[in-house]
Amino acid sequence: MSATMVGAPAPFRRFVGRHLAWVGMPALLILALAFTALIHPEFGSFDVQSLALGALPLAMAAAAQAVVVLSGGIDLSVGSLMAVSNVLAASTMQHASFTQSLLLAALILIAGALQGAANGIIVVISRIPDVVVTLTTGFIWGGVALLILEKPGGGAPPEFLDLAAGNLLSPWLPNALILLVVAVALIWLPVRRSRLGLLIYAVGSDRIAAFRSGVGIDSTRILAYIVGGLFSALGGLALTMTTGIGAPLAGTYYTLSSVAAIVIGGVRLTGGRGGMVGPVIAAVLLTLIPTDLIFLNIDPNYGQVIQGTLIVFVVMIGGFVAVLQSRK
Amino acid sequence: MNETSSLLDIRDIAKNFGSVVALRAAALNVRAGEVHALMGANGAGKSTLVKILTGVFSADAGEIILDGKTRSFRSPAEARQAGIVSVYQDPALVPDLTVAQNLRLAKVPLSETVRWLTELGVDDLDLKAFIRDIPYPILRLIDLARALASEPRLLLLDEITAALSADLAEKVFAMVRRRREQGHSVIFISHRMAEVSAICDRATVLRDGITVGVTDAAPGSQERIVTLMLGTEIAKAIPKAARATHARVSSSVAPALEVRSLRCGHLLQDVSLSVHPGEVLGVAALEGQGQEELFHCIAGVRRFDDGAILAQGKPLRLRHPADAISAGLVLVPANRLQALLQQRSIRENVALPMFRRLSAWGPVAMKAERARVESAVSRLQIDTRAESELRRLSGGNQQKVVIARWLASGFKTLLCFDPTRGIDVGTKRQIYALVRELAAAGSAVLLFTSELAEIPLACDRAIVLFGGRVVDEMPASEADEATLLRAAHGLAARSEAAA
Repeated sequence: MSATMVGAPAPFRRFVGRHLAWVGMPALLILALAFTALIHPEFGSFDVQSLALGALPLAMAAAAQAVVVLSGGIDLSVGSLMAVSNVLAASTMQHASFTQSLLLAALILIAGALQGAANGIIVVISRIPDVVVTLTTGFIWGGVALLILEKPGGGAPPEFLDLAAGNLLSPWLPNALILLVVAVALIWLPVRRSRLGLLIYAVGSDRIAAFRSGVGIDSTRILAYIVGGLFSALGGLALTMTTGIGAPLAGTYYTLSSVAAIVIGGVRLTGGRGGMVGPVIAAVLLTLIPTDLIFLNIDPNYGQVIQGTLIVFVVMIGGFVAVLQSRK
Repeated sequence: MNETSSLLDIRDIAKNFGSVVALRAAALNVRAGEVHALMGANGAGKSTLVKILTGVFSADAGEIILDGKTRSFRSPAEARQAGIVSVYQDPALVPDLTVAQNLRLAKVPLSETVRWLTELGVDDLDLKAFIRDIPYPILRLIDLARALASEPRLLLLDEITAALSADLAEKVFAMVRRRREQGHSVIFISHRMAEVSAICDRATVLRDGITVGVTDAAPGSQERIVTLMLGTEIAKAIPKAARATHARVSSSVAPALEVRSLRCGHLLQDVSLSVHPGEVLGVAALEGQGQEELFHCIAGVRRFDDGAILAQGKPLRLRHPADAISAGLVLVPANRLQALLQQRSIRENVALPMFRRLSAWGPVAMKAERARVESAVSRLQIDTRAESELRRLSGGNQQKVVIARWLASGFKTLLCFDPTRGIDVGTKRQIYALVRELAAAGSAVLLFTSELAEIPLACDRAIVLFGGRVVDEMPASEADEATLLRAAHGLAARSEAAA
């Protein structure tokens, strides 16, 4: 690196480099959708709708994981938090009116934020690695979900389900998609644009440098877990809306898949780099894989194999690029 | 008499880390409008004192008086609010944020920082560039400009000129002088004596955690500062008895290790050296003069940017520590935790690098392994009472285990990087006796020690690193602590001695 190059790469390269998620991930999604339409010519508004419905809970899980990982942590209790909020919703809303269920949803979101806060506080105070703490709390919340609802059941008023399952504007623009964009934007944009967003990225990137810049490390990490808990609770509500019931064990799938989504969506696992667009689109892509396998007459259980292979590849390529850059 | 004009008064600060005493009775008085140097050899307690002053650590005893009021800072943020801002040796900038974001993070006005950057000679900086893409010297100036933008009354500069080119360093000095004219104070930490006398008013000298003197920093007082750093009793006593009869080195034999114009990162600029079989070459340097990079490059831990490393006259390709080990270059690091498996036994630790030779695949040849390990362990007189778990051994015995493992697996050149750090005097002597013994048996040894007084005890010859270059070379008989200390501060030691 020459001394005169005080700045960075050329403007174009920098734009692409900085907005890879904005440029690359939508392009990848369009390609995948085009491929789906190719192998399944009847691809129509119904398929769009079921895709949006299927992707909604995972997208929320990915958003939850993304916030925590960006702050330099990890949350392996995402799935269990979703399960708790899912069974809480299904067991309390069964005989409720629409207004009541909205009120209950708000309470469940608060509960999710508190669960996230508990994760963050334990991580910060105990100094036990976040992997261990969240794995353990996830285990506890998994048990709590089973206590609330022993086996799949419960329900919610149809108007509540329609928040995701309907299509208010057009059959090509399902409510689930609108809900996804609105919910993520409503929570993430204020965080990203405020000082908190800066703090989250700073703490995830270099804790010591951030500390020396006068940043409160512990409070930032707790806040990241709180935002994560909020997204997890939203994911649980989304599960209720898309399946119509509560299932205490449904959450388990989402913990690892949320990690998959953020890795594929360009969030660095050690924190500090990445955004929200990538993980959300990656969640849609991951949902599309089993669907496409069905269209191709392949056992959809291969989906998990493909998903795992993708993670290994993405992480490997990321590591490879880092090695190449450090050799320059 | 200066009580009224003093901005900062630190008294009787003590700080222990476990059983290690970092500061015993540190005092520091800085007047308003003064540039004050903080000096001391390695381990004198400079950085601990700075960290206490800026709220990174809290002191065990003593008081900090700022503007006549007793204060204690619990975090860097609190110290900053009181007007004390430090520029650390590693920039406090977050790599994945842009310059502008880093400034917002520290709540520093953007325009002010840009103005300071321009004044420091950086006027084409892209504020949207990520910190990770910006070269190290510029980062230090950004860090400095950011500190200045918060208008500190007391600015701490820790080795600010390291890695800065001469013209940028001159801009920094001009800035420091202007601060003084405006009535602000600066604490200046530097190993470069010439810089200290050029811009500082007074100097406080620390030795072994105690403030041993405050002196005028004008050019004529360099000798006094060196004397203070040395202390009175050390200068006279070099126990000649401890030194073994040094092997005579024949120059006809190819050197066991030769380094040619090695460059690595921003700290190691240009180092050439050679060590012959049977010779112990001492490396003297103050902190951060490139010695760590030098040892890491030779041991294959780090890749170098330029230059060559040769063993027995053959150039080496060092891509992994295994390459260095198979070329006979083995490292004894300062931090024993980096070399040893704390939970495992002495036997396993000693045998670890041997596995390759005894059996590449399949079961370990236990009998052959045990015989070799036992001979190495008994030769070094390692205390084996706690042999089942290494972490129960004392530091000195652990260090012996590191040497024993290389003894057991065979080597040609031993690279000792500060091997006696935190080890008691008795074991220290044993380790140096061992180093001499190994050299007498034909090994070459490259030895860095942060305690300059140890160099004449163990070495045949010494080189001095300063600013990533070899600035002096001398036989051990001339390498007394005073000479080494002068050279390590960039003073022309030998010419002065001659004159």
